[in-house]
Parts: sequence; C-alpha cells; structure tokens
Amino acid sequence: METANAGHVLRTRLAKAAGWTAAFYLMVLPLMGPRRGLWVALAVLVVQALALAADRVPPASRERLAAALRGGGRCSAWMEHRPAWVRTAAPSALLLAVALAGLGMSPYTLDVATNAGIYVLLALGLNIVVGMAGLLVLGYIAFSAVGAYTYAILNTQFHLSFWLALPLGGTLAACFGLLLGLPTLRLRGDYLAIVTLGFGEITRITLNNWNALTNGPNGILGIQPPSLFGFAFSQPKHYFYLLLAMVALAAFFSRRLERSRLGRAFVAMREDETAAESMGVPTLRLKLLAFTLAAFWGGVAGVLFASKQLFVSPESFNFLESVMVLCMVVLGGMGSVPGVILGAVLLAFLPEVLRGVAEYRLIVFGAAMVLLMQYRPQGIWPSSRRYEEFRQEA
Amino acid sequence: MIPGGQFFQQIVNGLTVGAVYALIALGYTMVYGIIELINFAHGEIYMIGAYIGTIAAALLLGAGLPAAAAIPLAIVAAAAITGLYGLSAERIAYRPLRKAGRLAPLISALGLSIFLQQYVLLAQGARDKVFPEEITSSGFTLGPVRVAFVQVLILGVAALLMVALQAFVRRTRMGRAMRCAAQDPVMASLVGVPVDRVIALTFIIGSALAAVAGVLVVMYYGKVNYLAGYTAGLKAFTAAVLGGIGNIPGAMVGGLFLGVVESLAAGYIGGEYKDVVAFVMLVVVLIVRPQGLLGVRVPDKI
Repeated sequence: METANAGHVLRTRLAKAAGWTAAFYLMVLPLMGPRRGLWVALAVLVVQALALAADRVPPASRERLAAALRGGGRCSAWMEHRPAWVRTAAPSALLLAVALAGLGMSPYTLDVATNAGIYVLLALGLNIVVGMAGLLVLGYIAFSAVGAYTYAILNTQFHLSFWLALPLGGTLAACFGLLLGLPTLRLRGDYLAIVTLGFGEITRITLNNWNALTNGPNGILGIQPPSLFGFAFSQPKHYFYLLLAMVALAAFFSRRLERSRLGRAFVAMREDETAAESMGVPTLRLKLLAFTLAAFWGGVAGVLFASKQLFVSPESFNFLESVMVLCMVVLGGMGSVPGVILGAVLLAFLPEVLRGVAEYRLIVFGAAMVLLMQYRPQGIWPSSRRYEEFRQEA
Repeated sequence: MIPGGQFFQQIVNGLTVGAVYALIALGYTMVYGIIELINFAHGEIYMIGAYIGTIAAALLLGAGLPAAAAIPLAIVAAAAITGLYGLSAERIAYRPLRKAGRLAPLISALGLSIFLQQYVLLAQGARDKVFPEEITSSGFTLGPVRVAFVQVLILGVAALLMVALQAFVRRTRMGRAMRCAAQDPVMASLVGVPVDRVIALTFIIGSALAAVAGVLVVMYYGKVNYLAGYTAGLKAFTAAVLGGIGNIPGAMVGGLFLGVVESLAAGYIGGEYKDVVAFVMLVVVLIVRPQGLLGVRVPDKI
C-alpha cells in the first residue's frame, strides 16, 4: 500500500514536471524560436529534476540547508556585542584603508570608485525610507535629478558655489519629497510605490520638455567644478576624496539615525504600523520625515553627480537608475548600513568586471531580486535586528 | 481652442485607447482584489502578449490564411500563451511570498517585471516589432469624425470581453469562488474554496485579457517594442485606481475615463505632456477620493 502510494506520488510529480517543461517551451517558442527555446525547456527540466531530488533528501537535512542559506551574515549581530571602541575603530580603519588605497589607484579606477561613491550615497538615502521605515519608493532617482538640476541651473546662470548648492539641492529635493509625500503617505504602501514611480516619470518628462529652463533632452553643459579656498577640484583624485568624505558623513548620519529614538520608531513602524500607532508612534509624521530625509540625501547625491559630470541630461535619471539603487539596498540588506554600502559598491563595480556579458546584467538583476526575496530576504549583510528575526523564523 | 469636430474625434480616439487601458486594468484589479498585490509585471505581460500576437499573425498570414481568420486566431493564441506566463509568474514570483509581508512581494514583482522586459529585449532585440498587416488606414467617416475599422474592432472586442468577464464572475461557480476569495481568503479556504486554484485562474484570466489588449494595440499603432509595457502598465494601474482598485466594473469605467481625458489633454495641451496628465490624475484621485470612482472605502484589516 505504502509503495503503491509512493509510486502514485512519483507519477504525479513526473507528470507535473513534464507539464511545466512543455508549458515553458510553448511560452518561449514564439519569442525565442524552436531551437533557442529548447535550452529554456532543458533548464526547466533540470530545475524540476532538482526539485524531485530535493524531495528525497530527509526533511532534517533539508531544514539544515535552508537554515544555512538563511543564516550567516551575523557580522552586524557579532559587532553588536563588541566594546564601543571596537565598533568605532572598525569603520574608521576601513575608511582609512580606502583613503590610502585611493593613493595607488589609476585615474580610471578612481573614476569608477567615485561613481560607486555616488551610488553609495543614493543607496544610504533610499535605505532610510525603504530599509528603516519600510516604505517602497520607486522613483527615487527623481530627487537626485532635482538636486543635479538645481546645481546645474544655478551654477550656469548665477555662478552659485558648489558648497551652497550642496545643502540647497538637498533641501529642494526634500521639499519635493514633502510635497509628494503629503497626499500619498496616508494611503497604503503599494500606492506610494506607484505614485513615486509616476513622479519619477513626470520629473523626467518635464526635464525633457521644459526647454527654457532645462534645455530639454540636450541637457545643461558648462557646469563648473567645485573649488575650496582657491583650490579647484579638477582631477579624479579630488573627487574621490570629496565623495569619500561625503560617504563617511552619510554613513555616520545613517548609523546615528538607526540607533536614535527616531530610527527605532521607523523600525517599529516598518514591523507593524498599527501596533506602532497604538503605542503612540506618530506614524504619519514619521513617514513624512523618512521620506524627506531620503529625498534630501538623493538631492545631495544629485548635486555631487552634476559637479562630477559637469553635464546633466534627463537620460541620467531614468527608471532603471531607480531600480539599480533599490537593488543595491535589497541585495546589501534593507536597513543595514554596512550592508547597503557593500551592496552599492558591489553593484557599481559589477559592470566593470562583467564587461563581456553586459547585456545580461539587467536580466540577472531581475531574477536576483525575485530569488533574493524568497531565499535570503535579509540581504548579504543583514542588520543585527533582521538577523535575529530571520534566525528565529528558521 | 480646437473645433467641435476635433473634439468628437478626440473622444473617439480616447475611447479606443481607454478600452485598451480598461482591459489591462482588469488584470491589476482582479489580482489586487484577491491577494492585495500590485502586479508590477502586468505591463510586461501585456507587452509579451502583443509580441506573441504579432508573431502568430505573421506566421498565420505567411501560411496563406486570410486576415479575417488569421487575426482572430492570433489573438486567441496570444491570450492562451500569455495566460501561461501569468500562471508561471504567480507560481514562481508570488506564491512563495504570500505570507511574507508587504515589501517582499512588491520587490519580487518589480524584479519579475525587469526580468521579462530584458528577456524580450534579448530574445527579440530593441527594434520595433511591426504588425504584418496594414489595417489602420481603412475606415469610414461619421459626420466630422473619422473612425478606423480597427477602432471599432477594439471597442467591440473590449465590450464583449468585459460582458463575458462580468457574466463569468457573477454567474459561474468559479466566479463565485473568486468573489468569495476576494472577500476573505482564509474564510474561503475554510469553506472549501480552492483558493490557490482561484488565484492561479485570476492570473491566467488577467494575463489573457492583457494579451488581447496588446494585440489590439499593435493593430492600432502598427508596432510594439520591449519598453511598451512600462507606460501602459502605469496607465492601466492608474485606470484601476481611478475606478476603485479591486472593483471590476470600476476598472472598465476608469480605463475609458482615463483614455478620454488623456486624449482631450493631448488635443488641448499638447502631446508631450499626455503622460503627465495621467499621473497627475492618479495623485489627485488618491488625495480626493482614494477609494476610486466606484470603490467602497475599506478599513484596514488588523
């Protein structure tokens, strides 16, 4: 009886596997053609076979495997229990190491590293709203566009100094964030995602069409590089250290925020909005604040971007850039400052490493986002809080 | 100011586009009604449906079939195959995350949308896919208004599908199961509604409707490319919110309304800000009447 039943189960499983393989072949057939489609069918077959094989693994070992996948990444949790001076010394030493490494880098590497720095700033900013407060913002790059165009326009028209534009661009972006947040934050999180997506589009379309102010698709040329007491930032090296300083500032800010009363309220809101509200957390105001803070850092990153490129155009602020920054936050570990920095650096350097297969980059990103959410939602370097949560679940 | 004839022309054009938005919006609204997820990949599903329909039409016409037989067949093929895309999407990207909170399924949906877009780019290239048969030009005039046969076809097919969907949801056993699962999935499963199957079916139907919309649009504009799903998806979502998300007749009304407003805006303000109008409308609706035109305000479940 037992074996007959097992045979029946196996037969159903085999039929299912065959069905899925056939279905996928049919699906990809029109788009990929009969030959290339076979590869997809083969891949589906292999996945089905692996799933069948996984069923034969005893449940205890399977659980251990799943725990291994979900576990690990206890760096933040481990650091939590070190003395305070270690927790200060470790990031400081890292900063010093990167600064020293900058001395030996080629101009090309410095340029890539500077771009990575801009992405780190963006990712740290987005982390405040997505990672800490748990609100999905999809058009984040639009805030960066606000900052970049603020500097580009005010600098080319009125020769506004970079050091004034930096806080101004951030503040203006924050105002945009506030304006956008006010009507939407009272609604459920998914609406926010779509509205911010729409806002990103509106910003890009407006920049593209408002010729008098933004020079349309041609963008704005002739932005001056920043200078400090007569010292002009002209070489890649200068920008590298400028960005390093800004990243250090943003990381410090994020860390302090995380541990503050405000940061803890953000996390409470993320975990359970209703419970937080009933405990007296003013969720609406905090959401607005998270939104505004994130927009501010987006604007600052935008000013830095414009001052480095010396040129801005709407094309630099398309939807895929927003997705890229979101990927960095998700991959690194939502809500984890070191994780987000790691994620941003990894993804910013990845295209340089994968020059040959660049066209496959985005499809891999897409698949990675889907798989990460299922197998390692806490990211590669989770925050200590997330680490504990997921360890308890597993 | 545009003359009166122009006004009616914009209305007709707007209704045509609106019918398409409505068909896509149904997929968003049905899925949202049951699992409260914004299926970001739905726009891409629509785009894939358009591609499959175009390719199928080219094959069938190439085999010597007359257009009157080839095009309906292509639409059916596109709907069937795209339905499978919807089914697999639900299995792979959404079902494992059903208990995982808010953020994870949204990010998964976004990842799937990028994956599908890039998959079409890699498989078909970045160039526009052109519909094999030139059908846009033929039509008739009604007073000052010029109506293309394709527009009649779009409105006719959309109306037919909406009536059929409404009948399915209202009158059949499976439709009742669907409404039941939308009200309370846990309770529904307790009284024997196969909620997993209902959800899978919802994805299949939504995707098939989007595919039909996709093929109709390719016939109307003559071409499609791999980025088409992004804007269309956003617009259709706006239509769904406009009508009240989760509400099937609402999605239809919202789609038509959005199409007409957008078309009028394009006539009066200028085509380049057409897309902005839709998003501004979305924000305004969310402020003034977040439950949509036909929606009922639902308190948050605790």
